[in-house]
Amino acid sequence: MTVGLWEAFWLIVQREMRLSFRRPEQLLQPLVFFLIVTTLFPLGLSLQLSLLRDIAPGVLWVAALLSSLLSLDFLFKSDADDGTLEQLALSGHGLTVVVAAKTLAHWLVTGLALVLVSPIVGTALGIPLDAFATMLLSLALGTLTLSWLGAIGAGLTIGLRRGNVLFSLIVLPLAMPLLIFGAGATDRAISGTSAAGALYLLAALCVFTCTLAPFAAAAALRITLE
Amino acid sequence: MNMSNALCVEKVHVWRGDRHVLQGVSAQIQPQELLHISGPNGTGKTTLLRVVSGLLRPEQGSVTWLGQSIAAVRTDYQAALAYASHEPALKGDLTALENLRFAVGLKRRISQDELRAALARTGVAACADLPARVLSAGQRRRVAMARVLAMSATVWLLDEPYTNLDAAGTELISELLQTHVAGGGLALVVAHHELNVSCTVRRMELHS
Repeated sequence: MTVGLWEAFWLIVQREMRLSFRRPEQLLQPLVFFLIVTTLFPLGLSLQLSLLRDIAPGVLWVAALLSSLLSLDFLFKSDADDGTLEQLALSGHGLTVVVAAKTLAHWLVTGLALVLVSPIVGTALGIPLDAFATMLLSLALGTLTLSWLGAIGAGLTIGLRRGNVLFSLIVLPLAMPLLIFGAGATDRAISGTSAAGALYLLAALCVFTCTLAPFAAAAALRITLE
Repeated sequence: MNMSNALCVEKVHVWRGDRHVLQGVSAQIQPQELLHISGPNGTGKTTLLRVVSGLLRPEQGSVTWLGQSIAAVRTDYQAALAYASHEPALKGDLTALENLRFAVGLKRRISQDELRAALARTGVAACADLPARVLSAGQRRRVAMARVLAMSATVWLLDEPYTNLDAAGTELISELLQTHVAGGGLALVVAHHELNVSCTVRRMELHS
């Protein structure tokens, strides 16, 4: 009769996905932001392809980080406001599972969506086709890592009235390595050299946050619930 | 296992900032008993319920379930627990049925029919497929009660379950409480008015 851990995990993922798709504007907002910011750069700068290619990795990554952060802020907020977070906390599976499921679901509908539209942005910024694979992989790893970092930040700031400012202050410095290695990987791929080193580091960061962030975010939420 | 004191609250102290909200509160509840917690606003009724649920850890004192601290047997205790806060805790974008499915489904495997039956029992069968945001406050309260019912838990913690309910709804809650307690369950109910039930009711009045 009791519900297993994985079953509970997938049930929460399903719940989150359904909630997201009932609010399409929340899904589209980060995507639109990402597309607009990245297309503003070619418009604002001179139309030299070489210049665009030079700045493309940086523009792409800064825009991806900021648009991911836009929605991460609210990861737990609505559940905390309407009291459903308490119900989840008392579901018998521990907050770690709840946090992991919610964060993964959030990444699937925002981070992954961002990765999927990045070829459009890549084309607009003049990134060569050969570099697309590295760009997609680095963005996938980077946005997933950012989601886990964001979960910790969201858990810590959920109870505060103007938590969103603090949220950015907590998460953005932690996201610096992502920006450095992510943009580095894309840059190397554009110039035709091997991006393996930067990708391995991104993967390591991703594994590190995947394993530890659920516990940290759950601890933060537990304090907030009190 | 000592069943005589199924749920035991012992000398619980809780501070909220500078305020000493709960000052050594103790209570014992056994199966087939209902504890009615009352008292003026701001005397810590909800805080006590949150302490008993395990959401809030007391600074001093303990809460034990079947003789063991609720933190030590958290999984078992939470499986036996149904908590209804003073908000209905429903997602406005999900239908009443989905709300129940995602909340109760985490506790036990349950079929759609069982969930619909629970909604029918609380008189909101017609609202099953409506988004919770279009329901009235009273209907939402009934859906929340259906969730408690569907969890088939031993311990019910209800915070102001009578809020927003009409006369029929009030009677329904009393009836459900009575059936639950008669069936071997136990309940802690925060309510301002008298509970119109025929089971054993212990009373606890909190003072400021």
